[in-house]
Amino acid sequence: MTTITSTEPAAVALRDALIERTARGERFAGLTASRDGGTVTLSAYLAAPGRVDTLEAALPPGAAGYPSLTPAIGAAFWYERLIHDQTGIVPEGHPRLAPLVKPGDPLPRHVTGYGLFTIPHGPVRSGVFESMEYLVETPGEAIPHLNMRIFYKHRGVAGRFTGMTVEDGVLLAERAEGIASVAHALAYCHAVETLAGCEIPHEAALVRVTHAELERIANHLDVTMRLADAAGLAVATARFALHKERVQRLVSAMCGSRFGRGVVVPGGVAAFPRKRPAEILAEVAPLERQVTADMRAVLVTSSFLDRLRGTGPLTPARAREHGALGPIGKASGFADDARLTRPYDGYTELALASPGTHQAGDAMARLRVRAEEITQAFGLIRLALSDFPERTPPTPRVPLEPRDGRTVGWAEAPQGEVLYDVAIAGGRITSCQPRSASFHNLVLMHEVFAGDILTDFPFIEASFGLSAAGAAL
Amino acid sequence: MSIWALRGLRDGVVTTRWPKRADEYADAWRGPVTVIGDADAPDVDGLCPTGAIEVADRVRVDQGKCILCGRCVAQRPDLFAWSAGATGPATAALTREALVVPQVAETDEAVAAVRAALAARTAALRRSVHVRHVDAGSDGSEEWEIQALLGPVYDIHRLGIFITASPRHADVLLVTGSGTDGMAGPLRTTYDGMPDPKVVIAVGTDAASGGLLGDRLTGVAGHVPVDVFVPGSPPSPFGILNALLIATGKLR
Repeated sequence: MTTITSTEPAAVALRDALIERTARGERFAGLTASRDGGTVTLSAYLAAPGRVDTLEAALPPGAAGYPSLTPAIGAAFWYERLIHDQTGIVPEGHPRLAPLVKPGDPLPRHVTGYGLFTIPHGPVRSGVFESMEYLVETPGEAIPHLNMRIFYKHRGVAGRFTGMTVEDGVLLAERAEGIASVAHALAYCHAVETLAGCEIPHEAALVRVTHAELERIANHLDVTMRLADAAGLAVATARFALHKERVQRLVSAMCGSRFGRGVVVPGGVAAFPRKRPAEILAEVAPLERQVTADMRAVLVTSSFLDRLRGTGPLTPARAREHGALGPIGKASGFADDARLTRPYDGYTELALASPGTHQAGDAMARLRVRAEEITQAFGLIRLALSDFPERTPPTPRVPLEPRDGRTVGWAEAPQGEVLYDVAIAGGRITSCQPRSASFHNLVLMHEVFAGDILTDFPFIEASFGLSAAGAAL
Repeated sequence: MSIWALRGLRDGVVTTRWPKRADEYADAWRGPVTVIGDADAPDVDGLCPTGAIEVADRVRVDQGKCILCGRCVAQRPDLFAWSAGATGPATAALTREALVVPQVAETDEAVAAVRAALAARTAALRRSVHVRHVDAGSDGSEEWEIQALLGPVYDIHRLGIFITASPRHADVLLVTGSGTDGMAGPLRTTYDGMPDPKVVIAVGTDAASGGLLGDRLTGVAGHVPVDVFVPGSPPSPFGILNALLIATGKLR
């Protein structure tokens, strides 16, 4: 952790450091603020191969504002709005300082002109969706501008961590973004384990990989199902729903929860899977065959592909500039997969192939990335389980005593990298700031509607594959 | 298109026969924690992260607060055990108090009265039930489990249950989530927009009590009157389907 001390105001020094280091190729990965009495401290995260650095800038006591980072670091746009909501401190010069997780009036229309109107879409959606509101500004078909309001689901998860025991914290992390329970639990536990300086048992690391990859497969199948549903491809929708259900049933047979909850705990895993590795592999094999075959079929169904090609394009330049995470970044030629560049648990030893290069950045490319990740995930599960000893190993977890301190843990969720900035004192959490990939990526939806029309909306939303719960926390 | 016609036949019928026939997966489901023993001084302080364990005249568990972490089952197997099965009358409660197990004796009669009133109210729904779902601050997992009901395995259409987009067409309101401030208004508007008779189902522990966020968010019952509670974090699709059938009088 680097604390910036400079004669310049701290926030300016922070901004300059961020500009310099992102220019060197490091990725801006988030910004949070904490208030301690009258002092607000900004913490920015920079991801580089092998590490995530935290840059801190303590604002002068009683400061009401600081020069906004957003004009220089565009990806800070939502982070600074969030900080304003949470601490009341004003990022001066922020382009649009509207509330993000606090209720606020709808923004005035961005695009004005004859015949333009706003379609409010949400927060109560049609069908089974998480609550969030899209305000679609349109002359009738094209979508020149889109606004999103995510505050409806804001639960105050970050604040709830404070005062929890280390052991309880992981339960909340699992429920921060329910569809990525394992990844959130992993990111949290990695931070705790770093503070404790402990090494988890080899077999526990393999179980973690297995569950994390099953979660990835389930999420990508869900996205594929939603895309097929949007295209009215009834059989494909049913097929992918069936595959997803089978994955969830396998997970529940292994641990009792359909979302892998209760598996990852600080120091390892709570228990080894109830099924033997050979049994799991015997179930995974036919599943892999069927998923692969249906994925191949969906990728040659022209009526389906017509809806995806060129839909919701994110340019490689924007993806790089924003540091787009997960499949969205990969589809636009920007791949920073934490499993590869900052490996953890079993990923340090299991060979993970570099992702294929995609440049198109459209819904089609995002689906291709997910198809590749599914194939890769099955491969990783096979590797992890064949490494697993036949006899039940002695212990699934090591006892740990986290030292007082603060650090960042990370994990690659199906949506992209998840960060947990955890501070512990006396065995209790003094602060915990989760940052989901959904939050970081969702803001990009503002910019992908170039040339797309209303009927493309479900495809773009599904292809992003994000969770409103994770975004609003 | 023809490739999909053939693919649709590939696995035969995968749909469950429940509730006509028993379902292995539903029966094997590990539900919320239940109480199997009692002790004079049970020493269970701080055992439950959501405070679901109550010690008064005896040890009780509030399943509306249980997030299924299993800590109590692991540490005090003499007192606590997992409940088995995702379906049946015991897996959905008609009052918030009935989620506390073992139930206090006098709630039995009250539950019978509530059950009768609910049955009378939903008698007219018969074999066409339209369901509106509202997320009031869930973690996203409950939505997956409700979505699963539309898939080929659970296929609620076979039971005459349909998800509808408009509250005006809805008979049942499925509410998930811990009841955030932001969703209080939209949830109430949706409820008010539904014609009578209507039934509200609170899906999951978050909706019943706020779950881990229960210190600040206390579930959805403060926003809309809840008729059926389904515990679980999240409940299984069978559990939600079971509650739908109970709420509409198709299963008693």
